[in-house]
Amino acid sequence: MSNRKTIRLTVNGRHYEREVEARLTLADFIRHELHLGGTHVGCEHGICGACTILIDGSSARACLTLAVQADGANITTVEGLRNRETGQLHPIQQAFVDAHGLQCGFCTPGFIMTTLELLGENPDPTDEEIKEALGGNLCRCTGYQSILDSVRLAASRINTATAA
Amino acid sequence: MKPAAFEYHAPTTLAEAVGLLARLEDEGCDAKILAGGQSLMPMLAMRVARPDALVDLGRVPGLAGIRLHDGHIAIGAMASKRAAELSELVRDKQPLFHAATRLVGHQQIRNRGSVGGSFAHADPASEYPAVALVLDMEMVATGPDGERVIPAAEFFVTYMTTALEPGEILTELRMPVLPARAGWAIREVSRRSGDLALAGVALTLRLDAGRCTDVRIAAFGVGATAIRLTAAEDALNGAAPSADRFARAGAIAAASLAEPMSCIHATADYRRHLVRTLLERSLADAAARAG
Repeated sequence: MSNRKTIRLTVNGRHYEREVEARLTLADFIRHELHLGGTHVGCEHGICGACTILIDGSSARACLTLAVQADGANITTVEGLRNRETGQLHPIQQAFVDAHGLQCGFCTPGFIMTTLELLGENPDPTDEEIKEALGGNLCRCTGYQSILDSVRLAASRINTATAA
Repeated sequence: MKPAAFEYHAPTTLAEAVGLLARLEDEGCDAKILAGGQSLMPMLAMRVARPDALVDLGRVPGLAGIRLHDGHIAIGAMASKRAAELSELVRDKQPLFHAATRLVGHQQIRNRGSVGGSFAHADPASEYPAVALVLDMEMVATGPDGERVIPAAEFFVTYMTTALEPGEILTELRMPVLPARAGWAIREVSRRSGDLALAGVALTLRLDAGRCTDVRIAAFGVGATAIRLTAAEDALNGAAPSADRFARAGAIAAASLAEPMSCIHATADYRRHLVRTLLERSLADAAARAG
């Protein structure tokens, strides 16, 4: 048995096949093998949430997942959110821009991916539910209030668009 | 913060996994089981753990069910914490376990982290070991000689150490359903929601003709394992529930703790204080639910 393995997976709708070292984290695989730098790596041990992605539709810390565990998985990173035809930002991304949900931007991809899961499961969350959902993401610019505003704005825009 | 190199094995049946662990052990290979990885991965990243090989259970089918069986709830060790959180069976029939699950990590962690992994990891500051003691849960381990059932009181040996043998795989967790007229509670203090607890308590009790009975209390974060608080239980069994009685039980519990650990986040005295206050409040929660 070797410490290298071939994996096949889908990232943002594109299929990839790569041979990887077993110890390679999914975060490093996405950044260094696939050159998708939007998934940020902060603490590398599951505390900060900057590397949050969706694995088969559920949020996960890419630094706490091995690339080999993602063999066969369908992954979404922040690069997968923009509308490919129009180039428009996803409503969650646009809301973060409009409501000043980011300063330095390091934590932002993680917050956005967590918000994507939250609003998919609960389109009209209360402030308490938003805070609970975002509890696993750290922002060291301490812009939490404007991040909360951004999620609220995103929810209301998506709900308005859905109702229309 | 990168894991050291290891051999990676991904068996596709339980028998293959058990055989693989036995072979690796024979070869003198230090093998670790990878379940959800949410505790193991940080240890690998920080190189607190440097196993020669990982045996990933993620491709083994049949280990993630949640079902009612013979009057108890059986949770497959590989069921995610999120699955336990979303299970109506767990929520309706064993609300203490459900509430404890919601206190473990954040949703990103619960999506991937397995229920069984937390038991096998046996962090004394985590919620499940305390709940296991309160509910008298049973752990099912599968090894080369088949299955064996380990009661919670024997399962947690000491700090991050369980009764599991090196060749055994934790495959199922069994717990009773909450009896009628029973109350339950779990409370903890952590620095950030979702973090491991500085201290916490979990308990169940019943009210029978205005008296507390079957009181079972465990504390976590205050010793090398979760600890049953028997002195406080004795002070409550047979007594009428009251604010006074609950305050006294909290004081007895705090006094009964052997030296809890001190760290930069919480001194031993502070942890004692937390147990006292959390128990007092939890008893009120549980009595209200039982009534």
